[in-house]
Amino acid sequence: MAKTKEIILDPLSDNNPITIQILGICSALAVTVKMETAAVMAIALTVVLTLSNVAMSLLRTVTPGRIRMIVEMSVIASLVIVADQFLRAYLFDISRQLSVFVGLIITNCIVMGRAEAFALQNPPLPSLLDGIGNGLGYSAVLLTVASIREILGSGSWFGLQVLPASYQGNGLALLAPGAFIIIGLIIWAQRTIIHKYEED
Amino acid sequence: MELINLAVKSIFIENIVLAYFLGMCSFLALSKKVETASGLGLAVVFVLGITCPLNWFVYTFLLKPTALAWTGIPALASMDLSFLTFICFIAIIASAVQLVEMVLDKYFPPLYNSLGIFLPLITVNCSILGGSLFMVERQYTLVESTVYGFSTGFGFFLAIVALSAIRKKIRYSHIPDGLKGLGMTFILTGLMAIGFLCFSGISL
Repeated sequence: MAKTKEIILDPLSDNNPITIQILGICSALAVTVKMETAAVMAIALTVVLTLSNVAMSLLRTVTPGRIRMIVEMSVIASLVIVADQFLRAYLFDISRQLSVFVGLIITNCIVMGRAEAFALQNPPLPSLLDGIGNGLGYSAVLLTVASIREILGSGSWFGLQVLPASYQGNGLALLAPGAFIIIGLIIWAQRTIIHKYEED
Repeated sequence: MELINLAVKSIFIENIVLAYFLGMCSFLALSKKVETASGLGLAVVFVLGITCPLNWFVYTFLLKPTALAWTGIPALASMDLSFLTFICFIAIIASAVQLVEMVLDKYFPPLYNSLGIFLPLITVNCSILGGSLFMVERQYTLVESTVYGFSTGFGFFLAIVALSAIRKKIRYSHIPDGLKGLGMTFILTGLMAIGFLCFSGISL
């Protein structure tokens, strides 16, 4: 039981996929201009990651080592196609705004990385939990960055005005450099709190 | 002239790393040394330049709505296979990388040895798949997508070499413990991105 808890909670902070494992950063930066897109992306990634972990864990005994990359790629790509078609059908506007980034979940290193590092050695149930845990860890960072960027940049949160209308939006937070710097500062804060330093 | 504009635009103004955040993982992980950074950069230029036109062919003649009209079979002509885009592109990228690797190994061993491990790694570099997907989204022609592929790759090369040079410079600086490594790299990238923003004033 303790181990189950660990599998889910560990990726939330101590072993966060973005800030500690350095996986899946591309999308973390690109979709965080607004809460709405960030939330949709976070859900899509968590679902794909969980399902691919389960699928890879089920296939782990029948997949020969040499072709496992190709198998992983095709499993992930098929799941992403499903996710993309689903978004197009039900959330067309947001799917437009996310543009190529839904497709890029395929090359998001978190999905591949967790399949390699965890699902191939573990039974389906722990893999499922690992997928959910890492998905949540990713979502937590994504939503934090998106909150900061949307509030600083346009004074709103999930499209609702939270700062007084006289607030002049900070354009830099909406542009690429703002995302880089904000995520750098988050990493700084987090590593200082949990005392996990990196030797350069 | 149009093509030069497109090249300048994708190298500087819409740099794939600094404006679209693609290829970030390898960009951060492999920028510690200038040599490895330029190796990876070269490999990206190479592979992007090849996969963009290849994927253009696949998309135009197989995947896009009514693309199969050239077969002359009415049942096929009306087919829309565009939902297979992702899986086809990733398969093509993986096989193109493999092919490039074999050709280089046979005919240009020095280049092959200097690229080394980076070639296979490129399959999962998001800038490659991203390049192809942007090409579809923006509806480039064949020539445009070739130019786009090469210049996007060059933009990546430029950014990663510049970042690795900066990281080398600051190796002995006093950085707060928590900011060491990844944190500092992000802030540096942010500052570089601000620098590249200046190019957005260029009107083409």
